[in-house]
Amino acid sequence: MDRFRMIFQYFQSNSESVMNGICGLLALASVKMYNSFDFSCPCLPQYNMAYGLGIMFVPPIVLFLCGLILNRQSLVMLEEWRRPQGCRKKDLAVIRYMFSSIMQRAMVAPIIWIIVTLLDGKCLICAFSDSVDPGKFAGFANTSLVQVHQLLAKVPCKDDELMRNNTARKAVSRYLRCWSQALGWSILLILIIAAFLARWLRPCFNQATLMQARHWSNYIDIEQKIFEETCCEHSRLFAHKCILHFFESMQQEIKLHSSSLPKERERAEEEDLLQGITDQEKVNKLLRTWYYEKPPLDVSKVTQR
Amino acid sequence: MDKFRMIFQFLQSNQESFMNGICGIMALASAQMYSAFDFNCPCLPHYNLAYGLGILLVPPLILFLLGFVLNNNVSMLAEEWRRPQGQRGKDPAVLRYMFCSMAQRAMIAPVVWVSVTLLDGKCIICAFCTSVPVQTLGNASHPSLSQREMERVLARIPCREIYDGQELITNEVATRYLRCISQALGWCFVLLMTTLAFLVRSLRPCFTQAAFLKSRYWSHYIDIERKLFDETCTEHARSFAKVCIQQFFEGMSTDLAATHCHQPREAPTDAEEAARKLLGITDQGTMNMALKSWHRCKPPLHLHPPALPGSNGWAGAGQAPTHPPVPRREIAAYYSRV
Repeated sequence: MDRFRMIFQYFQSNSESVMNGICGLLALASVKMYNSFDFSCPCLPQYNMAYGLGIMFVPPIVLFLCGLILNRQSLVMLEEWRRPQGCRKKDLAVIRYMFSSIMQRAMVAPIIWIIVTLLDGKCLICAFSDSVDPGKFAGFANTSLVQVHQLLAKVPCKDDELMRNNTARKAVSRYLRCWSQALGWSILLILIIAAFLARWLRPCFNQATLMQARHWSNYIDIEQKIFEETCCEHSRLFAHKCILHFFESMQQEIKLHSSSLPKERERAEEEDLLQGITDQEKVNKLLRTWYYEKPPLDVSKVTQR
Repeated sequence: MDKFRMIFQFLQSNQESFMNGICGIMALASAQMYSAFDFNCPCLPHYNLAYGLGILLVPPLILFLLGFVLNNNVSMLAEEWRRPQGQRGKDPAVLRYMFCSMAQRAMIAPVVWVSVTLLDGKCIICAFCTSVPVQTLGNASHPSLSQREMERVLARIPCREIYDGQELITNEVATRYLRCISQALGWCFVLLMTTLAFLVRSLRPCFTQAAFLKSRYWSHYIDIERKLFDETCTEHARSFAKVCIQQFFEGMSTDLAATHCHQPREAPTDAEEAARKLLGITDQGTMNMALKSWHRCKPPLHLHPPALPGSNGWAGAGQAPTHPPVPRREIAAYYSRV
C-alpha cells in the first residue's frame, strides 16, 4: 500500500511523469481493445480489403487523437503558440520541443496497435487473401478466375462450408500470416533502432539548447498550473468576503430598523455568530435578498473599511 | 480499500477531476450495462427494426439525461440562469461555458454505448437482416419467393435455431456481412467523435482564450460562492438552534421555578457546573414534560421575543418587540430568590 502511494505521489509530482503514465495506460488500453474486439472478416471479394485495412488503420488514428486530447501539455503548447507576444517573447525552440514530445507520446499507442495487429495476422489475412497468386497453391490452380477470387476471399473464414475441408486454405493462411509477422517484427526492429539512435545521438547535437527548451517548457507548464490554483484560491477568498459583506449589510439594516434595542445587552458567544439575524422572518429575508439581489462583485468597499 | 480511498481523495481534491471521475465511471457503467444486457432479437419482420434501433438509440438518451441528473452543477446553472439581475449583472458567456462543459461530460456515456453496440454488431444484425442483398450474396438459382415470404425468412437470420433459409442465403454469410457493416459504422462513429473532441479542444486556444479564462474563473467562483453560502447558512442555523434550544430549556426551568417555588439548594461548588448544565430538569417526569412540550409546541423562530411575565417563549408569536424586552436571566434570578 505504501509503495502504491509512493508511486502515485511520484506520478503526480512531475507532469512529465503524469504524461508518461497516461501514455502507458493508452498503450495497455490499445492491447486490451484489440483482444476484446471481435474481428470478423466479411469474406466477400471487395469488402475484405476495406475491412482489413480499415481495422488496421482507423483505430490507430483514434488512439492518436485520444493521446493528443488526454495530454494536458498539448493545450499548454497551443496556448503558448497562439498567445499575443505582450511583454514576453516567444521562443520557437520551446514550442518545437513541446510539440515533438507530445507527438512522441501520442504515437506510442497507435504503433502498438499496428504491431499487435501485424503480429497477430488476422487483418492482413483478411485484407490480402484474394490478392495472392492462386497458381502457388494446389487447391486453387484449376478453377476459373471469378470463382478463384470468391474462394480466396473466403480463406479467412474457417467455418465457411466451402472452406471447411479445404487444405489449400491453411496454406494461404500460413503464407499470409508469415508475411504479416515478418512485417510486424521488421517495423518493431526499425522503430526500436530509431529510438535508440535518437536517444544516444541527441546529446551530440545542441545539448545546451535542448536543456534550455526543456527547462522553459516545464516552467510554462508549472506556471499554468499555479495560475489556475491561485485563481481558485482567489475566487474562494473573494466569495468569502462577498458573503461576509452581505451578512454584515443585512445586520446593519436590521440595526437601523430596531435601533431601540439596548446596546449593553449581554450577548452570548453563540449570538455573536448570528450577526443579528435572530428570527425566521430575518432569515427568510436574508435568503430572499440573496436570491433576488445578489451583491455586486466588488469587495473593495470591505477592504477599504 | 486504501487504494480506493486514495484515488477518491485525489479525484475530490480537484473539482474538475471529480467530474471527470464521474464521467469515467458512467462510461464504464455503460459498457458493463451493455455486457449484462440480454439482447433478444424478436426475429419478426417489422419488430426487428424497431427493437434493434430502439436498443441502439434509447439507452444513450437515458444515459445522457442521467449524466445531467447526476451532475451537481445543473442546479447551479439553472439558478444562475433564472435569478433576477439585482445588483449583479448576468454574463451569458459564463452560462454558455457551464452548459457546454456539462453537456460534454454527459455525452461520454451515450457515445460509449453507441460505439460498443455498433462494434458488437448484434443490434445492426437484428435491425437490418431483412435488407441483406440476397441477389449478390445469396444463391442465385433458388426459386424466388414473394416479398413477404422473403422478409419472413430473412427476419430469422439472427435466430440461428429457427432459421430456415439456408438455401436462399447462408446464415454465416449474412451475419458476417451485417457485422462487417456494423463494425465499419462503429469505427467511423468513434473516429468522428474523437475528431470532434480534438477539434473542440484544440481550436479553443486559437480563438477565444481570454474569454475562456474569464468564463472559467467566474463559473468556478459561482460554484464556490454557493458552497460557502451554504456552509455559512449551516453554521448560522447551528448557532440559531443552539440558542433556541437553550432558551427553551431556560424557559422550562423558569416555569418550574415559578410553579414549584424551588428553594435553591446549597449545591457543592464542584457539582455546580453539572447542575447548571441540567437546566433545572432533574427527574424523569420533568424531562418527559419537556420532551412533550418540545413536540407539541415548538418555540417560535424568534430569539428575543417580548418577555411577558411567566412567558417562556412557548406560545409567543414572532413579532418584533415594540419595547425593549427584559433579559430573561434577570427574571429567572428574581423568581429563584423568592
